[in-house]
Amino acid sequence: MYKIVKKEMMAHNSVVLNEIEAPQISKKAKPGQFIILKVNETGERIPLTMANVDKKRGTITIIYMIVGKSTKNFSMLEVGDGYQDCVGPLGQPTNIKKKGTVVCVGGGTGAAVLHPITKGMSEAGNRVITILGARNREYLILEKEMEKVSNELRICTDDGSKGRHGFVTDELREILENEKVDEVVAIGPVPMMKFVSLLTKEFNVSTTVSLNPIMIDGTGMCGGCRVTIGNETKFACVDGPEFDGHKVDYDSLMRRQNTYKYEEEQACDCMNDKDLR
Amino acid sequence: MINVRNFTKKERRAIPRQEMTERHPKQRAKYFDEVTLGYSLKEAQFEAARCIQCKDPACIKGCPVGIDIPSFLEMIVDNKLNDAIDKVWESTALPAVCGRVCPQEMQCEQVCVVGMKNGRDPVGIGNLEMFIADWARAHNIKNRVEIPPSSGKKVAVVGSGPAGITVAGDLAKKGHDVTIFEAFHKAGGVLLYGIPEFRLSKEIVEHEIQQLLELGVKIEYNWVVGRTVDVDELLEEKGFNAVFIGVGAGLPNFLNIPGEDLSGVFSANEYLTRANLMRAFDFPQYDTPIIAGKNVAVLGAGNVAMDSARTALRLGAKSVKIVYRRTRDESPARHIELHHAEQEGVEFEFLTSPLEFIGSSDGKLAGISCERMELGEADESGRRRPIAIKDSQFFLDCDLAIISIGTQANPLLTNTTDGLELNKFGNIKADPKTGKTTKDGVWAGGDITLGQATVILAMGTGRDAAKSIDKYLSTK
Repeated sequence: MYKIVKKEMMAHNSVVLNEIEAPQISKKAKPGQFIILKVNETGERIPLTMANVDKKRGTITIIYMIVGKSTKNFSMLEVGDGYQDCVGPLGQPTNIKKKGTVVCVGGGTGAAVLHPITKGMSEAGNRVITILGARNREYLILEKEMEKVSNELRICTDDGSKGRHGFVTDELREILENEKVDEVVAIGPVPMMKFVSLLTKEFNVSTTVSLNPIMIDGTGMCGGCRVTIGNETKFACVDGPEFDGHKVDYDSLMRRQNTYKYEEEQACDCMNDKDLR
Repeated sequence: MINVRNFTKKERRAIPRQEMTERHPKQRAKYFDEVTLGYSLKEAQFEAARCIQCKDPACIKGCPVGIDIPSFLEMIVDNKLNDAIDKVWESTALPAVCGRVCPQEMQCEQVCVVGMKNGRDPVGIGNLEMFIADWARAHNIKNRVEIPPSSGKKVAVVGSGPAGITVAGDLAKKGHDVTIFEAFHKAGGVLLYGIPEFRLSKEIVEHEIQQLLELGVKIEYNWVVGRTVDVDELLEEKGFNAVFIGVGAGLPNFLNIPGEDLSGVFSANEYLTRANLMRAFDFPQYDTPIIAGKNVAVLGAGNVAMDSARTALRLGAKSVKIVYRRTRDESPARHIELHHAEQEGVEFEFLTSPLEFIGSSDGKLAGISCERMELGEADESGRRRPIAIKDSQFFLDCDLAIISIGTQANPLLTNTTDGLELNKFGNIKADPKTGKTTKDGVWAGGDITLGQATVILAMGTGRDAAKSIDKYLSTK
């Protein structure tokens, strides 16, 4: 069992933070890598990119939004409970080096994955501007933590309840128009990464995105996580999860993400029926 | 009562091959229960009595692990079942598995002298191996081995498939301290995620793993060697004296034709792993979903393709078609698998090659554009090369396609290990007799060295490696 040592509810109880005891994974983990969690015997394998690694405590931290049956099951675990299975660190680490000015763009829970990368970019001597976007101020996460590791932090909300009234792409355009940016890292919902990449392409700024496709084993065996990069098929689990944002076929990725839409709803319905009984 | 022990030689020779009882095809195609029901003791004795006890038995040489087949068969005839299973266990740790999934028709049974005579079938050696192993399991008879005192030597085995299980068992019996590192949350490798329940009950795999644990083997789950820990760390930091790599050939091949990224297009690995390991057939009791498919196309005609097609039937498909660019004769699948698939209602589109997956407006698979083929001259594999017939394109209606055209070596471990020499296909170079790799203290076996092979060949490499590792440890 992989024990939860800390749990926090965020964003109106829609997002959960778990710090999990996993000394061996913690020892080897690097920013940008992910783990796969399975809650119990009947659970499915869910890939999640790590938000933090504490090598001294031998823990890893994940932050996830409750979206379906599995994440709902995860959210019912309390401190002292544990996940039956936890495997990692998987995937390639982020290529962190000094590039100059780096803009880190995080949408929704993407901020969680972005945090260690931002920290790394900052420690590598880059000037880091972070843009965080959310539906409204209550759904913003890791604002303080991001502020600590960035030279500048800019906020965008869809309803204008905090920061700029608008999308992260509006804020990013303003930056790109006014100064030289050497690299953009964008992590969040697929449409956000798609539009950030379209924008940075206009300005010819190299862009990294982190993808989270459907996956089973996470070691290159099933091919379920295949994504189209340029004209090539790549496996997000072993070649990624980070890719050149300008080469990703986002439309194909979105279609594949919806493969089990019906089954996912069915699973949630069954669960709700049980809750009612 | 007829007793086969009292039969004369002539009477023995007159016994026809005892066919194993199977569930009715139309019924079994709805459930995941095992297809074959096994022999009764009487059937087993009749079948075993067909063996003529050759002086120089070819069957032993035909067996990759060299089971003393005539001896265990005669023990079955004599009703000395305890002795028979012990005899089998001398050479194989997994008789219940091998009896079911070995291609006996290309090994022991192919060279069986009884089958050489016109119109005669070879002795059902595989069926008898299954019988004796199932008998032992049902009677809770254990492989009684005296384990010598601990050697104080530690061995790490990477992967818990057939090769890893064999190495671990053999070395534990020599008194070594063995730990298996398994990437998945359950042990068994391809026996678990690949071969479906209806061909090999998972209860059998669990039983075999339990036997290993009773020998003192430890299993660490959720360890991806190459990520969670690497080979050098095992040798240098974790104190292992030797490492055996048996990670399998896990990287699925795709067709590289347009539309392969549509929802509804699966690799056989993904489809079977969802169904077998994650038990998606029990969705939503189990959380992993799978697309059942109404009209299913399976691309390829090997054993894995048959497993995929028959799994799709059991998940409720209305029609399942095997699409293969050559003919039945060139199909790599075992005859019995083709036969079982056909019996259950799987259809075959031979001499057909896929050109493009076609999607509907919502990005889901709607069908495959295919063309018809004919056979030309033989190619380097010795099989006649399929050639497209002009203007023969047609549309194959399907909402689920399973690509089953083989796998390659998974580079995850080899990319992160220095000093391991690979061949041009990315497989680890290992001495064919000992499994020794080019890296000090490291052996390898199974599909990561053989390419895509069989359970029994993987076990054979495991057996050889265990001997070599044991010898190496005794000099350390």
